[in-house]
Amino acid sequence: MHNKILLFFLCQIFIIKSFSQTTFPSNGAPFKSHTIFAFINANIYADFETLIKNGVLIIKDDKVIAIGEKQEIPKNAIIFDLKGKYIYPSFIDIFCDYGLIIPKSEKKISFGPQIESNTKGAYGWNQAIKSNVEAYKLFSHNNEQAEELKKNGVGAVLSSSKDGIVRGSGVLVNLNTQSKENNSIVIDKAAGFYSFSKGSSSQDYPSSLTGGIALLRQTCYDAIWYNKNKSEYNISLDEFNKLQSLPSIFEANDKFNSLRAAKIGEEFNIKYILKGCGNEYQRINDLQNTKLNFIIPVNFPEAIDAEDPFDSESISLTELKHWELAPSNPASLEKNGIQFCFTTAELKDKNNFLKNIRKSIKYGLSEKTALKALTFNPAFFINANKQLGALKPNYFANFFISSKPIFEDDAYIIQHWVAGESSFYSELNAPDIRGNYTLKFEKNTLLQKSYQFNFYGDLAKPSAQLIIDTTKKNIQYSFKNNLISFNFYLDSINIIRASGYYNANQKRFDGRAQIATGNWFDFELLFNSSADSIKKQQPLKTIDLNLGKVFYPFTAYGEPLNIINGTFKDEWNKFKNNSSTILIKNATVWTNTSDSVLKEHDVYVVDGKIVRIAPNIDVPKTTSVKIIDAKGKHLTPGIIDEHSHIALTSGVNEGAKASSAEVRMGDVINPDDINIYRQLSGGVTCAQLLHGSANPIGGQSVLIKLRWGHNAESMKYDKADGFIKFALGENVKQSNWGDFNTIRFPQTRMGVEQVYFDYFSRAKEYDKQYQTFLKENQKNKNLVFRRYIELEALAEILNKKRFITCHSYVQSEINMLIHLADSFGFKINTFTHILEGFKVADKMKAHGVNASTFSDWWAYKNEVMDAIPYNAAILTKMGVNTAINSDDAEMARRLNQEAAKSIKYGNLSETEALKLITLNPAKMLHIDDKVGTIEPGKVADLVLWTSHPLSVYAKVDKTMIDGQIYFDRTEDEKLREAIKIERSRIISKLIDEKQNGNKVIKAKNKLQRLYHCNTIEGIAEEETGQR
Amino acid sequence: MKKHIIGILLFNFSIIGVAQIKYNHIAFINGIAHIGNGSIIESSLIVINKDLIETVTSTKGLKLNYKSFDTVIDIQGKHVYPGLINTNNILGLHDAEAIRATRDYSEIGNINPHIRSLIAYNTDNLIVPTVKTNGILYTQATPREGLISGSSSIMALEGWNWEDAVLKADDGIHLNYPKMNYKKWSEEDGLTNSSNKKYTEELNYLSRFFEDAKFYCNETLHTEKNIRFEAMRNVFNGQSNLYIHLDKAKDILSAINFINQHKIKYPVIVGGKESYKISKELKKNSIPVMLNRINDLPDYADEDVDIVYRLPYLLQKDSVLFCLQLEGDMEAMQSRNLPFNAGAAVAYGLSKEDALASISLNAAKILRIESLIGSLEVGKKASLVISSGDILDIKTNQVEMAFISGKPVDLKNKQTELYIKYKTKYGIK
Repeated sequence: MHNKILLFFLCQIFIIKSFSQTTFPSNGAPFKSHTIFAFINANIYADFETLIKNGVLIIKDDKVIAIGEKQEIPKNAIIFDLKGKYIYPSFIDIFCDYGLIIPKSEKKISFGPQIESNTKGAYGWNQAIKSNVEAYKLFSHNNEQAEELKKNGVGAVLSSSKDGIVRGSGVLVNLNTQSKENNSIVIDKAAGFYSFSKGSSSQDYPSSLTGGIALLRQTCYDAIWYNKNKSEYNISLDEFNKLQSLPSIFEANDKFNSLRAAKIGEEFNIKYILKGCGNEYQRINDLQNTKLNFIIPVNFPEAIDAEDPFDSESISLTELKHWELAPSNPASLEKNGIQFCFTTAELKDKNNFLKNIRKSIKYGLSEKTALKALTFNPAFFINANKQLGALKPNYFANFFISSKPIFEDDAYIIQHWVAGESSFYSELNAPDIRGNYTLKFEKNTLLQKSYQFNFYGDLAKPSAQLIIDTTKKNIQYSFKNNLISFNFYLDSINIIRASGYYNANQKRFDGRAQIATGNWFDFELLFNSSADSIKKQQPLKTIDLNLGKVFYPFTAYGEPLNIINGTFKDEWNKFKNNSSTILIKNATVWTNTSDSVLKEHDVYVVDGKIVRIAPNIDVPKTTSVKIIDAKGKHLTPGIIDEHSHIALTSGVNEGAKASSAEVRMGDVINPDDINIYRQLSGGVTCAQLLHGSANPIGGQSVLIKLRWGHNAESMKYDKADGFIKFALGENVKQSNWGDFNTIRFPQTRMGVEQVYFDYFSRAKEYDKQYQTFLKENQKNKNLVFRRYIELEALAEILNKKRFITCHSYVQSEINMLIHLADSFGFKINTFTHILEGFKVADKMKAHGVNASTFSDWWAYKNEVMDAIPYNAAILTKMGVNTAINSDDAEMARRLNQEAAKSIKYGNLSETEALKLITLNPAKMLHIDDKVGTIEPGKVADLVLWTSHPLSVYAKVDKTMIDGQIYFDRTEDEKLREAIKIERSRIISKLIDEKQNGNKVIKAKNKLQRLYHCNTIEGIAEEETGQR
Repeated sequence: MKKHIIGILLFNFSIIGVAQIKYNHIAFINGIAHIGNGSIIESSLIVINKDLIETVTSTKGLKLNYKSFDTVIDIQGKHVYPGLINTNNILGLHDAEAIRATRDYSEIGNINPHIRSLIAYNTDNLIVPTVKTNGILYTQATPREGLISGSSSIMALEGWNWEDAVLKADDGIHLNYPKMNYKKWSEEDGLTNSSNKKYTEELNYLSRFFEDAKFYCNETLHTEKNIRFEAMRNVFNGQSNLYIHLDKAKDILSAINFINQHKIKYPVIVGGKESYKISKELKKNSIPVMLNRINDLPDYADEDVDIVYRLPYLLQKDSVLFCLQLEGDMEAMQSRNLPFNAGAAVAYGLSKEDALASISLNAAKILRIESLIGSLEVGKKASLVISSGDILDIKTNQVEMAFISGKPVDLKNKQTELYIKYKTKYGIK
């Protein structure tokens, strides 16, 4: 034992010797010291799980040299006796921008669009790829920030630029601000940083989340290629490749963005460390499945002012529940086995850091995990756990001394040592001045002879109280370095100001006081007795939290599931009392297989599929059959909305370029969108979520089933064909976007044609090259082909693996695109909107294209002035497969009524009209093998209507997807009640908060943004015209 | 039988054209008459004489003397309705929303009571003919934007020019009352409902204008003529309505204060999305509501998914006088869907006849023109619509004839013509 310590000691000396050389000249004799400090009798956390009671910690210079229960204390060491106190390894925050001078953003040159990068030099094409940023070169100490962090226990930070999609590398630094930065940098390039936000980049692309995702993916592919092919010099890609050897930290800032980042990580084999935002508990299972590590802020929402009943109506249940449950987020991560660390990021007041971590412990987080998340995990995540995060020989001497176990409410940090450099925040052995005193003044006319004066409460900062004629007054005072000053109003006019010193041996204060007249008097404050009541400490974990359950999705009309064991799907089915067998009795069935309807028929559904349709079906009386009495009701196939923009996050348009074929709406599904539920209540079971119409070649669509509650991936229609949005006319010409938008090509229909011609020609060449490459060079690992995801999507069209839905209005352009497609040997799958389709119905029929149109919209812009509500009927009669779509979150709830308009305008039969929103869209989406009709073998996506489904008087009674009921009018009534009850429960908690004098803030009142084709993110709807 | 007994006919009118037909004394027999006041006559006799309705009665036990009419039209099995009234709409004030040159509904400036929609109403507007086709015969041409956008006028959808088409000029002033909250877009929070920090300031500004205007109107001699103040005179003396555009319950409460404070004689709440929350207050103060389109989403995720559809029923239940209107996205073009908006309320509790009243008689009452139009009652303008089926349901709404003040209405429009043109081209039925 003895020898070992000696050996360590020798090593240390050797290291110190080599370390202590410096390149800095000294102005005068240097101050450098090599004092050894010994901290004895302390309770030391050597690491998050090892507590050494009454231990010894010995440090020299910036390192720990010994730690243990009993250690020999080197001669002459300066000793701190920490009896009863605690030592913790300093916390580490790996998501910080400490000490960085953030470079100013590149200014936009003009009001119009900025298509190219403004960054000068041999950089990549997009301003948001800032892989060249190296935080260690931008870093210098910032005393104020460092003190704030150290006071909250943080001793080392990983500091990085927070700007851009690729943000370069971060620097790991100790917060020892008294020495040069040269002695603070622990790891110069400790991690690479990424996000979906383009930050200060003034370049238009990317303008949406889909674009951000696509840009990052393309950059990854470019970098892979660049690694082997240096046909150009590209700083951005070069630096990007260098970042790949570092741990990668991704600022996702949202539960769903975390999943999105994880997906990119999977594609490129990168294990991102995900910076969350505190709402992880809302989709904890999905996040657990990523098996990734997390960085979690503790900026728990402040209580909301809910006093006014009208005003509080606009506070969403989501906001209310998040207020209640956010402090339980860390506990939820722990329970689900997710490794995470804490960050001070997002906290406006860093002094809430410890306070909020303590709060999360009260909400169920274990102290051990909390400490791990503050010490070991952050160090481990960035491979710095051999230097930081614990107190072991040769580790940095980063630790703080706490008055008590740090997670106790009134614990405070007395000293914080970082790399051997100390900061003292309160006296190590501050005198206990608490007690009852008598305040006496020198004889005078104004003041009585004596008053009762008490110090009580916290040892570190007792409260003071003066009693004047039985009235208790709280006194503001300061007591530091044994000097006291205080003041009080004797009455409404006379203020007494006093200043003096403390005599610890005699337990008394003496000094001078000045009264309002300006005269001075002596005062003395004499100890009488110990304080009678020291404020009782609230014991931990005894608060009755009475927390609500997590809703899936986390909004009103979500379901209060409690998923701890088992899968989401199991829990969901259990909760919904879903049965695998359903018998719908005596319905009027619209099968879509004949021109008539079946009256008084039963439909038998097993395991999500339709098994039989017949009158009076007898099923074996087992308990598992759910029987639905549908007498007088109508059953139709589920409504399929071919053109929808609901359930999408942060923008439907990536319109900065003429083509954005690389973006995928499937990347940005938002399962929390209330419009999913609202549309279920209108009978929609399936929707194609489209990119907008801002550019001739838009993004890739995604087909979803409206499986409310499920996650994005499981909402996607299984094995659906890929589609892509194209657009023609005024939107892509930017005709209605104001006078600044006259720069992006194309500005006329003439240009639009050539955009397609150009892109398809290039896609054809690209595909040829790629196929040749794959054939010839697959085995040669040194050759890499540059995957170009934009052209790949277009090549898929040429190879008939991806299909076009084209936004279109005017006959000339419809005709043009048909010709263009023919010339490249493929077919346009669908013209959407297609308001002048009736003028070229014969040509459309010949091309074999589908039509998806509005029932009666027109007159909103020049290109729709010839639109007629008879369009759907004419197209149908001409043999063009035609659908009615919504393009509108509201209208999608009543597509049955829109379909009925083709009866009124153009005399379609009722069964034909119903097909416009069921079978016909199924056909054009290539899913009519599974849905769109009611016949044996088809998937049970069904709607039960209260009356004739094409009547304005009909309501949806039930909506089924895969044979599961997702909307039920009776259940809906119950949900409304449940929402009311849950709201009132939390609101009464909030009112208590306010009445207890706690701070309350105004609610944020987030509103849902509704997207149409022409919505540009960040620009108000009114500014862009419509559709 | 020398007199004409016409079967039906859309095409007759199409062929003959409006101008040529000048019947004066017409009897419609055997139709199902929906009066507009809540009642129905299953088999009716309706007689129009020149521009007015002369008789409305049941044919039961009635012996008709055909000789007294110059035309008798048998409409057995068909439905007769009063001409529907489209309130609070920019119909006639623009052609295509995206084309600035066609937009004539919002003037520059904040307080514009002197601005009159009347003269911008274009009888040759492109959208109007498509609206008539579905049974809407009147519109309240309404200016938009600003704090006070101007005065509206009630127009018939048939006429050579605005002078010819106007039923009631300058029926009221439109006030876009200050709101406590407004929608705000920010990078950080997205779309939020933000509180209006200038609310009190805006209220004071508005009150001051009303006080100034009232002072001016009470003075007999003016050194300077103030046309903005002059335009307010009819609001103060009760000749014009004051249309207060608001949706939120608390905002409406504030407006009720304002109404009482300024002793507004004929106030109307326009919008009223949350009027159901304070229906008792509205009833107590006899304030009617022009309810905004019910084909609309709830404002908040937490609200009942069908709350907007239920609004008409909720107001009806609490005896608040209301009508339906369609302000909002593409409102002019959407005017033709007015009957279906009313119909949709039926699925959520309103009776069919009350639904009809909400776009006929109740609208007329709120506009204070119920002595002229709004129902099939003796002495009113002979403005009626004949549909082969239920006019409120999409699949049955087929208007075959319509009359405005006794004159037949041309039901053709550019869209029906294009339909015929292309049907002919393709040879389809």
